[in-house]
Amino acid sequence: MYVTPHRRAKIILEKAIIGILVASSMVAIFTTVGIVASVLFESLRFFAEVPLTDFVFGLEWSPQTALRSDQVGSSGSFGAVPLFVGTLLISAIALIVAVPIGLFAAIYLAEYAHVQVRNWVKPLLEMLAGIPTVVYGFFAALVVAPWLRGTGAGLGVDISSESALAAGLVMGIMIIPFISSLSDDVITAVPQAMREGSLGLGATKSETIRKVLLPAALPGIMGSILLAASRAIGETMIVVMAAGMSANLTLNPLETVTAVTVQIVALLTGDQEFDSAKTLAAFALGLALFVTTLVLNIIAHHIVRKYREQYE
Amino acid sequence: MSDRKTNSELIEAGLARRYRAERRFKMYGIAATTVAMSFLVIMLVAIFVRGVGAFHQTQISQVVFIDPELAKENDWQGMVKASLRETFPDVQERKDKKLLYGLVSNGAGYDVQNRVREDASLVGQNIQLWLPASDDVDMVMKGSVDRSQPESERRVSDLELAWLDKLAADGAIELQFNTRFFTAGDSREPELAGILGAVKGSFLTLMVCLLLSFPLGVMAAIYLEEFAPKNKWTDIIEVNINNLAAVPSIVFGLLGLAMFLGFFGLPRSASLVGGMVLALMTLPTIIIASRLALRAVPPSIREAALAVGASRLQTVLDHVLPLALPGMLTGAIIGMARALGETAPLLMIGMVAFIVDVPAGIMDPATALPVQIYLWADSPERAFTERTAAAIIVLLVFLVVMNVAAVILRKKFEQRW
Repeated sequence: MYVTPHRRAKIILEKAIIGILVASSMVAIFTTVGIVASVLFESLRFFAEVPLTDFVFGLEWSPQTALRSDQVGSSGSFGAVPLFVGTLLISAIALIVAVPIGLFAAIYLAEYAHVQVRNWVKPLLEMLAGIPTVVYGFFAALVVAPWLRGTGAGLGVDISSESALAAGLVMGIMIIPFISSLSDDVITAVPQAMREGSLGLGATKSETIRKVLLPAALPGIMGSILLAASRAIGETMIVVMAAGMSANLTLNPLETVTAVTVQIVALLTGDQEFDSAKTLAAFALGLALFVTTLVLNIIAHHIVRKYREQYE
Repeated sequence: MSDRKTNSELIEAGLARRYRAERRFKMYGIAATTVAMSFLVIMLVAIFVRGVGAFHQTQISQVVFIDPELAKENDWQGMVKASLRETFPDVQERKDKKLLYGLVSNGAGYDVQNRVREDASLVGQNIQLWLPASDDVDMVMKGSVDRSQPESERRVSDLELAWLDKLAADGAIELQFNTRFFTAGDSREPELAGILGAVKGSFLTLMVCLLLSFPLGVMAAIYLEEFAPKNKWTDIIEVNINNLAAVPSIVFGLLGLAMFLGFFGLPRSASLVGGMVLALMTLPTIIIASRLALRAVPPSIREAALAVGASRLQTVLDHVLPLALPGMLTGAIIGMARALGETAPLLMIGMVAFIVDVPAGIMDPATALPVQIYLWADSPERAFTERTAAAIIVLLVFLVVMNVAAVILRKKFEQRW
């Protein structure tokens, strides 16, 4: 007598609540759609003004638009190659720093370190990933860069105060935990039987690691390196604060280079109207950044998952 | 017989080399770990050493006559200048007087004004006040100016140094705790600049972020973990969430700029928009943490509830959710800690303007603590470098507090089933 009407209301209410739950889980999809739509839409408008080939293959980046619209070259030039090269150069330096340190730290923590050492050191290393990037930027621009410049001057090498080296080194420090944590996980996940088999044949611990564990864990390690690379490419504050603004096309780490994210910030934080080619160019750069990091991540996750299946 | 001996001899001959390789390999591991840890230590020490000075500020004691004439004209700085002339009566030349006025901050007049506003009866009297010194004087007092350098290469002249020495001899100049750093908004003058505006902006932004992302994240997690059928659609959502977690933060800023500012026309620089962008960014973190928390609740709880006649929704809301909530809160705190340190997306939506006023609400133009750090780091003055590092120390303290809170929460409510 009491159950029936109550039940019906409850069913409707529950349906409604579940509807809300479904809607909130869709927010993630809406966000992705929003990102793609906003970046793609503005990029298409940009490519209507500047040909795609000029953007992708052009060697000169100088987005300054002229003061008067009838001035020659008022559209600026939007060749993004120097930015791509700059980003890759800085990321490469970061990986050169982070991969050996992260990998050896992972090996040590996974295979050699005492449990108590591991319990202390691992969270401390992960703190490196928790420090805000603006702090790294400050460290790179006001501590590392002057120090590098001073050391360079002492050795008779001219190092720019906004060198790719300073930004890359500090970014390398930042991504160490991305490599060490994930590599640690995959090395620990290699079945104990493989370790014991190798040790039983008389191999030393390091021989076991180099000849058995690392080859077995290689896909996972590659995945971690790709994730770190994607993090380095998308990193903004370190390069904004420590790398330069001028778009030099160079591979010399001692010179000033600029990066994709630096230019996005530079284009969008000044005072300009929203529809100029300058502002739209930032979205085109954002699109390139989004696609690159997305592809790297998908590959990385794919490799890691494939590898996990092998042993499960 | 001889064959076997050769074999073991062969092995033994190689043993020393192999053990050396073993020790070397282990050393590499220790070295790498040590290097990584020392980077952390060097960075924290370098920032601490640079920033700790900013918690003190040079103040100059002056007897200021509250001139009723000047008070009428609102020329409070003029009273400060008059008192400086009185302290150093032998300064006559115009050029030197200008230098003399430069000892005290441009904003010292506000201190006089505030004092008189509190107590109007002070007009016409002499009052003793500690006034903020200018940033150059501050740097001298903190030992950052090398007196042995030739005068032309210093920012502070010999004449000024002589005045400072006289003030010091009279005990009229000293380093005091820099309360202004915690109670003032931004300023072009380092000695007047504070972080309150930025902290308040960060607080408002984080509140918006938390209010949006926590309920949404928890609801999404409940659906995906407890109700969602295993099909292609939910697979897409999951892949989506994982990929969103890896999108560079600046791209979220572009989304905020194009959607929230461009399309919806929300105000630039407002903490509302900053919070919305950060909420979208932290959503994956909160969803992932909340799902783990739900997964940690054993099935027996659900089965018991269902067995006594609860509906699936009642089971989840009344029995599973309370048990999973501490884990979800932990995830939310960690997500907020990450959002607190984010700078790049806030730059995109214009929270990078020079804002003196402390924001009162979420629609006011605001900046955030990390953005303030970025802005100050760009300023050429020595004194701003010090304040940048000090602001970083404050930011790191906030982060440590949040992370410790998360750890305590996790420890306290951790349950083994």
